[in-house]
Amino acid sequence: MELPLAFNAQLFIQLLVNGITLGSLYGLIALGYSMVYGILKLLNFAHGDVYMFGAFAGYGALSLLGGPLSPNIAIAPLIVLMFLAGMVVSGLLGVVVERFAYRPLRDAPRIAPLISALGVSFFLQNSALLLFGAQFRTYNSFVLGSKNAEFFEPGPLTDPVFVVKDVNIQLVQLLVVATTVSLMVALTLLVAKTQIGKAMRATSYDREAAAMMGIDTDRVIASTFFIGSVLAGAAGVMFGLLFSQVFHFMGFLAGLKGFTAAVVGGIGSIPGAMLGGLLVGLAESFAAGYLGGRWADLTVFGILILVLLVRPTGLLGTRAIQKV
Amino acid sequence: MEPAGDTPRVGVDDWVASHEARLDQRGGFAGLARKIDDRVPAWARLAVFAGFAATLPLWMGRGDLFVYGIFTLIYILLGLGLNVVVGYAGLLDLGYVAFFGFGAYFYALLSSEQYGIHWPSAISFPVVVASTALLGLVLGIPSRRLLGDYLAIVTLFFGQAFVVFVNAANPKVAGTGLTGGPNGIADIDPNDLFGYELTTRTQQFYFLLFVVVAVLAGLHFLNESRTGRAWRALREDPLAAQAMSIPVNRLKLMAFAFGAGIAGLAGCIFAAVLTAVTSGNFALPILITIYAIMILGGIGSLTGVVIGAIVINVSFQFLAPENPQNNARVLFYAVVMLLLVLGVRPWWRLGVVLGGVAVLGFAANAVVEAISPSWTAGAVVEAGRLGFISDWVIVPAGHDRFANAAYITLVVAVLTLTRVRGWWRTGLLIPTVYLSAIVWETSFVEQPAVARWILFGALLVFLMTVRPQGLLGTPRVEIV
Repeated sequence: MELPLAFNAQLFIQLLVNGITLGSLYGLIALGYSMVYGILKLLNFAHGDVYMFGAFAGYGALSLLGGPLSPNIAIAPLIVLMFLAGMVVSGLLGVVVERFAYRPLRDAPRIAPLISALGVSFFLQNSALLLFGAQFRTYNSFVLGSKNAEFFEPGPLTDPVFVVKDVNIQLVQLLVVATTVSLMVALTLLVAKTQIGKAMRATSYDREAAAMMGIDTDRVIASTFFIGSVLAGAAGVMFGLLFSQVFHFMGFLAGLKGFTAAVVGGIGSIPGAMLGGLLVGLAESFAAGYLGGRWADLTVFGILILVLLVRPTGLLGTRAIQKV
Repeated sequence: MEPAGDTPRVGVDDWVASHEARLDQRGGFAGLARKIDDRVPAWARLAVFAGFAATLPLWMGRGDLFVYGIFTLIYILLGLGLNVVVGYAGLLDLGYVAFFGFGAYFYALLSSEQYGIHWPSAISFPVVVASTALLGLVLGIPSRRLLGDYLAIVTLFFGQAFVVFVNAANPKVAGTGLTGGPNGIADIDPNDLFGYELTTRTQQFYFLLFVVVAVLAGLHFLNESRTGRAWRALREDPLAAQAMSIPVNRLKLMAFAFGAGIAGLAGCIFAAVLTAVTSGNFALPILITIYAIMILGGIGSLTGVVIGAIVINVSFQFLAPENPQNNARVLFYAVVMLLLVLGVRPWWRLGVVLGGVAVLGFAANAVVEAISPSWTAGAVVEAGRLGFISDWVIVPAGHDRFANAAYITLVVAVLTLTRVRGWWRTGLLIPTVYLSAIVWETSFVEQPAVARWILFGALLVFLMTVRPQGLLGTPRVEIV
């Protein structure tokens, strides 16, 4: 826990870059929580595990296409295919979870879907353990696309795109941030401009009234789960590319942090999720850098509890007015 | 789950008013369970439970008494505490297991060489229970301001933060790490009764049984009291309760502190019985187990918690990796059979299913064997008297992907099963049951520890969708 004696600009920038990368990942996970909560008032504890399955699907695509050391196709389409695999698998999983674990409980007491969500999360986590085993799978993104991968020559993903004060900003970090930003823009447009987006907003505002206006709310809810889970799947593949390893337990902590991001930003708000993600990512990165890794998670949880105590609706959330 | 014909599930006033009477007329297992629950007075049920439990040390070995007797009692205690918070007051507490951990660690600090403190139980028990309750009170304060869901979040994070704090942070206090990090705290003193140390399993069991019976009796009276009725009102509708001038916030805090205190008490005994605590004992899986216990038995029912704890802990221990695998297998087939008997009506349809499963198995095995012997060449692990099943299920030698494919197919089949009705369901049930046997023999038998978590997770979802009130709980009736 020694504080640095002098301000170290290089360390600061490095932590800032790490924090922003990590933050965009959490932001993507947070969106899924936020959208589902906005529409169903349900905390989808299984979201983190959907994200984990996305990461595994990305790994599956990678192994099918020849594995990280000698992929059969060029790196750009490979990464696109991995993203697609992760997003499709997660999206479908999200829809299945909604259909079988949450839809039957639409009119049950509030506590029932929460417990069901807990069960789903636990079920998915341990199913992954059964299917994939306890060992870590590695994307080997460090050497991915390199000509001499077997000699561990760094691949193009670690290429510095630009350098700030001796800190390399790697291609993979840029890729993560750019993908996140474009997904966010796409989502914002979808919610604001399209018909399904309009239906989502209406359903989230008042489900019964929306149903009376002829909106098929079940379909809208299913699409919300699909979109949220697709984003989580993308985040899962990003995690694999950034940290190179996927394992069955990765969804739990990432889910908690994505969830923190959603709450801190204001649950139900799309820009809030992004802001919350960035805050959580930066907090974790700086806490790990300045206080030591063991305090990183505690700092994130501390922030969450503090925000909830001071401003329960989050930074960008609006206070819900309850009519009796 | 589905309303039977002309009876609406929710709705008109007289339907609601006659709800109780209709429940009493119900036949079958559910009706019987309800009658027993209704007619047998609480003290008699407690006496049956205590009387039966008291005989355990007479016919159980030392190891069995530990895993079946002592652990069940600890789970009962934990379930009872959670039942106060979730079952009575209707607050979703996902950090409950942290109170258990706090109690265990605090007791460990007060009675081990960690700081050289050795307080007698007569002092350390009240101190630990009171501090755990106080911690619950402090954590419960947000619930006054936060909506129900947010309380779940805060407590979930509290539970997680507790594990991280104990395991990773381990701050230095007075020269040594406070919580011992991943190693935990070892060599904890046993509980003592005014100086007399309880060292044998039998002594610990009887002490624990006494505590459980006392807590059960206390909770029964609490439930019948003014406070208990107020809690139930709060659970059903906080808003209406407040309108009836029930002090909602104070009652919430009280329930929270009460549940935490019981968890702290369980923690004290747990630490003393195990003589060591590590953070792994207080992580998410234990929380899921306690929830499964409470929900299986029926939220809000004391008898339910006791039955839930017995069922869950016994099946849990049967599925422990060190248990002979054939025990777990017998339990598995018994549960599948029980589910079929309870779920498939009328009896001739049940006959069709059972006969179909048997025929399908032998036929499939013979066909596969004729095509490629390696697909049935795998050994059925430790089958014992059930050795004939190696001619019935398909256990391939090699073919690594088969187990995974079978598992995924089973999940899909079970999910499809919930969507079809009538003869389609009966028809699909036959391959599904057979498939579950294959999955058991190819993957679950190898990893019983994983299997039990999968089954517990599935159990929570299943119970919530099919019978959210649990075995003994009463279903909610709503007027719209």
